[in-house]
Amino acid sequence: MDTKKVLVLYAHPSQHRSEVNRPLFKAAQQIEGVTAVDLYAEYPTFNMDIEKEQRRLIEHDVIIFQFPLYWYSTPAILKEWQDLVLEYGFAYGSEGTALKDKLFLCALTAGGKEEAYQTDGYLHFTIKELLHPITQMARLTGMHDLPPFVLFGSRTAAEENRIGLHIAQWQKLLRALTVNKIDPAAAQDAEQLNPFVEGVVL
Amino acid sequence: MTAIFIQAFIYLVAAVIAVPIAKRLGLGSVLGYLIAGVVIGPVTHLVGKETVTIQHFAEFGVVMMLFLVGLELDPKKLWTMRNRLMGLGGLQVVGTAVIIMGIALLFGQPWSIALTIGLIFSLSSTAIVLQTFSEKGLNKTDGAENAFSILLFQDIAVIPMLALIPLLALPDLVAHADVLHATAEHHEELSLVAGLPNWAYGLVIIGSIAAVVAGGHFLSRPLFRYIANTGLREIFTATALLLVIGIAALMSLVGLSPALGTFLAGVVLANSEFRHELESTIDPFKGLLLGLFFITVGAGIDFSILWNEIGLICALTAGVMALKAGVLYVLARTFRIKGSDRWLVTLGLAQAGEFGFVLLGFTVQNNVLPPELAPVLSLVVALSMFLTPGLFILFEKVIRPRFEQKSNERGADTVDEPGTVIIAGMGRMGQVINRLLVTNGIKTVVLDYETYQVDLMRKIGTKAYYGDATQPGLLHTAGIENAAAIVVAIDHQESCVELVKHVRHTYPKIKIIARAFDRGQVYLLRQAGADIIESETYHTALEMGVQTLSAIGHHPFYAEQQKTAYKNIEAQQSDLLYEAWADDESGERFDQKFRQLFIELEKKIGEVMGKDKRGIHSLAEREWTPPPKGYTDDLES
Repeated sequence: MDTKKVLVLYAHPSQHRSEVNRPLFKAAQQIEGVTAVDLYAEYPTFNMDIEKEQRRLIEHDVIIFQFPLYWYSTPAILKEWQDLVLEYGFAYGSEGTALKDKLFLCALTAGGKEEAYQTDGYLHFTIKELLHPITQMARLTGMHDLPPFVLFGSRTAAEENRIGLHIAQWQKLLRALTVNKIDPAAAQDAEQLNPFVEGVVL
Repeated sequence: MTAIFIQAFIYLVAAVIAVPIAKRLGLGSVLGYLIAGVVIGPVTHLVGKETVTIQHFAEFGVVMMLFLVGLELDPKKLWTMRNRLMGLGGLQVVGTAVIIMGIALLFGQPWSIALTIGLIFSLSSTAIVLQTFSEKGLNKTDGAENAFSILLFQDIAVIPMLALIPLLALPDLVAHADVLHATAEHHEELSLVAGLPNWAYGLVIIGSIAAVVAGGHFLSRPLFRYIANTGLREIFTATALLLVIGIAALMSLVGLSPALGTFLAGVVLANSEFRHELESTIDPFKGLLLGLFFITVGAGIDFSILWNEIGLICALTAGVMALKAGVLYVLARTFRIKGSDRWLVTLGLAQAGEFGFVLLGFTVQNNVLPPELAPVLSLVVALSMFLTPGLFILFEKVIRPRFEQKSNERGADTVDEPGTVIIAGMGRMGQVINRLLVTNGIKTVVLDYETYQVDLMRKIGTKAYYGDATQPGLLHTAGIENAAAIVVAIDHQESCVELVKHVRHTYPKIKIIARAFDRGQVYLLRQAGADIIESETYHTALEMGVQTLSAIGHHPFYAEQQKTAYKNIEAQQSDLLYEAWADDESGERFDQKFRQLFIELEKKIGEVMGKDKRGIHSLAEREWTPPPKGYTDDLES
């Protein structure tokens, strides 16, 4: 069975207030074969080491953005990371094939409930739709993008005891990725990855 | 003694009154000195015959001036000037001398006298011209550089002229003067070379020049370094004077021009780290001596001869000046000096010069010119010098504006040496600042008072100069007029404030970036007029604070945000604190009110940093605060 190396790029600017993402990040650090990077800790002044980030990308097979959804997008540092690291000739362009055939996904938490992120919900767009710029980034760089792994209603998840379950699912997802048990073609059409993970047998 | 005091007082008073007025009226300082001389000399007879002696002494100002000119020209630059020096300068001297000689011959003068007159009038006044150039900021113009080539050639040409003139002596005058000569002892000069055969004389001359060049190159720098390390300013001044006077003495002893010798020494030292300090040390002496020289020229005008021969003298003066200007104009055209620069050369050098007086004295002494002719010629020289400032005014007010209107092709003057940023203080702070600027392609002039530091910087290829940046003269020679900013990073706190105060006062437009030792000095510097003030330990301390927070487990990004919040509060409060500090008239800078505000600041920072106990987000915590729990319920409704 072939193994894959997973890179979690975690972005949360206010971690002492984090209820879900920080535990998720800690959980990811436990899994063998997963490299979990706290971008805000590594680059508190946004002074990014492009070479190092590109090396990391090359060394891994699965790239995950882990973040709380801020104004329907990533926290600023993940945008900065894309702008600086995904250079022409590295990530795209005729010679930019460093990311080709890697797997990509977003693991995010959203404040709104799942019903809100619907065409007829009060937020009008699905998460998948809102993530179009990132999905397109993945496609242009030749990666296979998977549906997002989402926790909805994150502000009340702790009170409703949903976090433990989500973390377990998250760890299962990461393990499945490291042993290449996620079939991108099969998962592709799902709106979220969460139910798909349920069905995976490790 | 009393007499000397009174005399000095008269000279100084005349200068102090006349020069500022002349300057204010746009006539230039040279004319001011000349007028002062006329007033205390021929008009009021406050000073008398001693002016001639003083003039000899004051001629030393010309020597110093050439030393300073040499300092501005490194050997490479001098080499590039060689064509203009020999071509333009040589043709000017020969051409003018030959034409004037021809005219004198036409008036029936014997050829020896005619030649002497030609030589005398071929020279121009280095003193007036260079002084006026620098005063009017014309130094870097093409015209001024060409004019300088000519003047330099003339100064060198004086030496062979002095050698030639005794050969022209008139036999009957010699016999007549022998008696007089014996009594005129002060003209007997010490000489090492009297009586030497020609080949030995040549060797001595070459040896002396070699001594000046080699000494300037190898000995002067260790000497200045040694002296500078003693930290005694007056001894540095004494050493600088020693250098100039020593070379002048050596040159006189071997029968060379002292001006030439010091000029060479200046060229040799042009690349040394002591250049700016030497300039600012010698400059005041030069200025005063030249001033004195001009006063003596004014005072030396003999009104009785002038009135008796007024027609002749005026005609001669006008004739000589027109002729010199004509020769200069033709040469300037031939050498393709364009536009207003051509006129600057033409008008600027049309006068006869101080070396004319020297030659006149020498010729009478050597019985070349009849004694009744010399005073008339002397008046012509003086009068032409007197008229020169007028010609410069004509150039400045009439000719140059015309050319400037015509074309603006010659943009700003090329400033090759003065940097766009002056860094005062080459300690650890100045070094980092300098490296950042230089690696960004910005020209800097770095000044420090520690020779050790300057040496170190020069070794690693930084253009550093030795000197006390708090001396106004040094800032001037470092090119502060052309600098965009000055960084004040010297260690001595009071000097820092003084320097900022001086720079702000004298150069209102320059940006001043100052380093402060502590909060008190931040306020002092702000009051002194610094634009940007950075406390030397503030940023480092905050950075270490951030690192400490991270090291003990706080998230690095959080620590960074807390630092920013701290800085913001500090910045908000700093105006208030400064005003309280500035308001305090008592001189006790840290009084009750200030202390109160300071305590408030501490409290405020504490509030911002600390967690709010009532559960409301504190200020620094505003960023990335999630919405309250259950906020989506409101949105849905």
